[in-house]
Amino acid sequence: MNYVGEGIKKIDGMGLIKGASSYTEDIALGHNYLTVKLLRSPHAFARIKNIDTTIASKIEGIECILTYKDVTDKRFTLAGQSFPEPSPHDRRILGEFVRYVGDEVAIVAGKDEESVLKAMKLIKVDYEILEPILDFEKAIDHKTIIHTEKPYTSFNYGNEHMRNIAAQDLLVEGDVEEELANSDVVIEHSYHTQSQIHGMMENYIAVTYMDFQDRMNIISSTQIPFHVRRHVSKILDIPRSKIKVIKPRVGGGFGGKQTAPMEIYPALITKVTGKPAKLAYNRKETHTCTTTRHEMKLTVRLGATKDGIINAVDIHGLSNTGAYGEHAWTVFSVVGQKTLPMYRAKARRFYGEVVYTNMTTAGAFRGYGATQGTFALESAVNELAKKLDMDPSLIREKNLVKQGEINPTLNSFVGEKSIELASSTLDECITRGKEMIGWDKKYPMQKISPTKARGIGMAVTMQGSGIHGIDTASATLKLNDDGFYTLLVGVSDMGQGCDTVVAQMAAEILGVPVSKIIVNSTDTDVNPYDPGAYASSGTYVTGNAVIKAANLMVEKIVEGASKILNVPEEDIEFNGESLLLKDGKEISLDEIAYKLVSYKGQNQIMTTGTWGGYTSPPPFIAGFAEVEVDLETGKVEMVDYVAVVDCGTVINPNLARIQVEGGVAQGIGLALFEDIKYDAKGKMISDTFMQYKIPSRCDVGDIRVEFKPSFEPTGPFGAKSIGEVVINTSAPAIADAVANATGVRIRTLPITPEKVLMGIVNAEF
Amino acid sequence: MEIKLKINGINKEVTIKEGEYLQSALKKLGFLNVRKGCETGSCGLCTVLLDGKPTLSCSTLAVRGIGKDITTLEGESVEVAKFAEVLTGEGADQCGYCSPGFTLTVIAMKRELESPTIDEIKHYLTGNLCRCTGYMGQLRAVKKYMEVK
Repeated sequence: MNYVGEGIKKIDGMGLIKGASSYTEDIALGHNYLTVKLLRSPHAFARIKNIDTTIASKIEGIECILTYKDVTDKRFTLAGQSFPEPSPHDRRILGEFVRYVGDEVAIVAGKDEESVLKAMKLIKVDYEILEPILDFEKAIDHKTIIHTEKPYTSFNYGNEHMRNIAAQDLLVEGDVEEELANSDVVIEHSYHTQSQIHGMMENYIAVTYMDFQDRMNIISSTQIPFHVRRHVSKILDIPRSKIKVIKPRVGGGFGGKQTAPMEIYPALITKVTGKPAKLAYNRKETHTCTTTRHEMKLTVRLGATKDGIINAVDIHGLSNTGAYGEHAWTVFSVVGQKTLPMYRAKARRFYGEVVYTNMTTAGAFRGYGATQGTFALESAVNELAKKLDMDPSLIREKNLVKQGEINPTLNSFVGEKSIELASSTLDECITRGKEMIGWDKKYPMQKISPTKARGIGMAVTMQGSGIHGIDTASATLKLNDDGFYTLLVGVSDMGQGCDTVVAQMAAEILGVPVSKIIVNSTDTDVNPYDPGAYASSGTYVTGNAVIKAANLMVEKIVEGASKILNVPEEDIEFNGESLLLKDGKEISLDEIAYKLVSYKGQNQIMTTGTWGGYTSPPPFIAGFAEVEVDLETGKVEMVDYVAVVDCGTVINPNLARIQVEGGVAQGIGLALFEDIKYDAKGKMISDTFMQYKIPSRCDVGDIRVEFKPSFEPTGPFGAKSIGEVVINTSAPAIADAVANATGVRIRTLPITPEKVLMGIVNAEF
Repeated sequence: MEIKLKINGINKEVTIKEGEYLQSALKKLGFLNVRKGCETGSCGLCTVLLDGKPTLSCSTLAVRGIGKDITTLEGESVEVAKFAEVLTGEGADQCGYCSPGFTLTVIAMKRELESPTIDEIKHYLTGNLCRCTGYMGQLRAVKKYMEVK
């Protein structure tokens, strides 16, 4: 291997650090855009009785004000998912009802920000205020019904809108109740995971204009350019052939930009006025009016023998999707899909409901339900270990699914053929992680001083690599006339480095340095279809497509050269740089590339590979946390975090390591600080970085990462995914470390000093 | 109101509104990589150097820049390139959106602190948030760049 496995620099890194114009805002210049802003609901739930824009429209510079009376009443979802979208179609562009504080009431466009802000103040809205639901545990069968109209659903996933249920799920194997009854020990606890803000540094932004072919151009910071094209086409009734979506560099996404929360508004303004339009969310809108992680309450029951053999895993979930059902069922089902296969048990079940509330809509977020499920299941396993007075690493040794085992819940959908776990080094990850953190020496805790204690804790988890049976990506390679290649992919690099990783894979097969491969992932007109950057699919799904395209390219070059040179194919050896002929002649790729496209060859070589997987091989991580707790204040300080990861073959160790470190840190935020607060009337009050605390570099302690590669037979060069799995272990490992340090078990995230201290005080009382 | 600002050693004129911030004035002048991330002085993305000191341009009035040496990324191209080499070498560049403000702060720190400890480095940079990297790779790069062991 020359390029795969090397810590090659990110191909866009130098340009980005040097500040090259790369992001939507930088490149959307010179079109004299109308400024678009959205008037938003101040009420959590209300009906618009009347809306009057007469005075506002007269403000100088105002071009267009649209209310629900002016737009289609077509319903849709903004989730970025492969068609048919498995999210309920419960939204309108603008509607008579507003369902959370921040819901869109009117679209205002004008020549500058000043005129638009002035007009927004002069729009008169007469609301009938309705009783909102702000506690998701009270949503089912509440007298308030948030969606009285039945939403379209692409299949039956239990949407019961009249009961405020967006979706339901059931994944079951064996008889849970019987196995629990036969167990020596049964534990049952409820765990609460809060909603979380993605907090990417670049806010949401999109600009739109009609081009010289009278086509709608949309430049957007998005993870899902192809789904944006479909949304805009369907919602605004524009043929797909008349829409081009351009995705520049994306300033972070983490799943937030897997929903298209705002592209339709400037596009509509451009459609109505014919003029270019720009909508840029400020930080408050980014936090409040897009999507968050789904808040969940998960009740776990575990049954085990006194020797620590787990007989049954039973998880009941309740998930809060907020005002609309973006990713409601899919995130929820992943809770079960990524927890139940972890442990060998005779019976296992995941079931429960996703409910509507009058809060900010939830959506995709790195980890996608596995994060929530892992906090609950791994906390429960740690609690089981306590109850059995057993080392939690030992209980995992006894029960964790191993490479080569057939697992009925691994392929996610009941009724499908059971899948063999083809690659896993999780056992080695645990062993190495224990060594690195000094488990045997430090477990469970060390008293540092009369007022300070250090505890350690652990957790393990899995994710998938792409969505099996659904995700299908393509890659196209073009041999350019000067002997370098263009690699066209549809996956969106939002910082994770997938453009670099796919270039490495192509370079490996084509036998050229990465610098000879130009990656283009910009534009729906040019790039082949890809569902987008989500479900940890970039390296695995798109990577496999790249390999197919590259192998085909090698074949086609030899075939093309054979025709031009009049030499049989078997007499040509291609080494990437040149073609070696049997008679000793050597012709450089540059020369043959030029001849191929010229009059002589008339053969512009472009190859395409398309790939989708029948399985979604799980990457694994073992996470170990060491924390120091101030027993007088309850403050938890991160000391050390050790993460050992099995992501199959590590394609780029530098980029993979940063993915792990970043994911762990985001998980530390979830565990200790991040919390969305609402006031009594349902207004989000933690709507800036002033109130909503993401970790700073002084909050994360030390994060240490190692890899224990396995070889995934279906993966590109044996690789699996890494993007999401890395966020999942932080919270349960930290919760256990805190419990070990203090004896206080926190089952409700985040683990604030207040909760820890109250636990200590109550225990002493 | 028209004001004169000296940016990267060159005098520029810009028309500003009452109460306009430096970040917005610099954007108008075409310094696109002076970004805005939070609007509350919390994230550090908009950092520029005022007389060599890292300053949040989103919460500094444009008129405060009058008579000062304002430095953006373009004004430190040699040091920026050096640091970029180290940072990309660690793989510690992800989405890159926070890089300009972070990089300028690192450059100022190198000039200000003599053989700093790890804690001093972290403390100096704590106002520069990054949601992608988890900070470890940045720290490895900063240590290399500053030749700290």
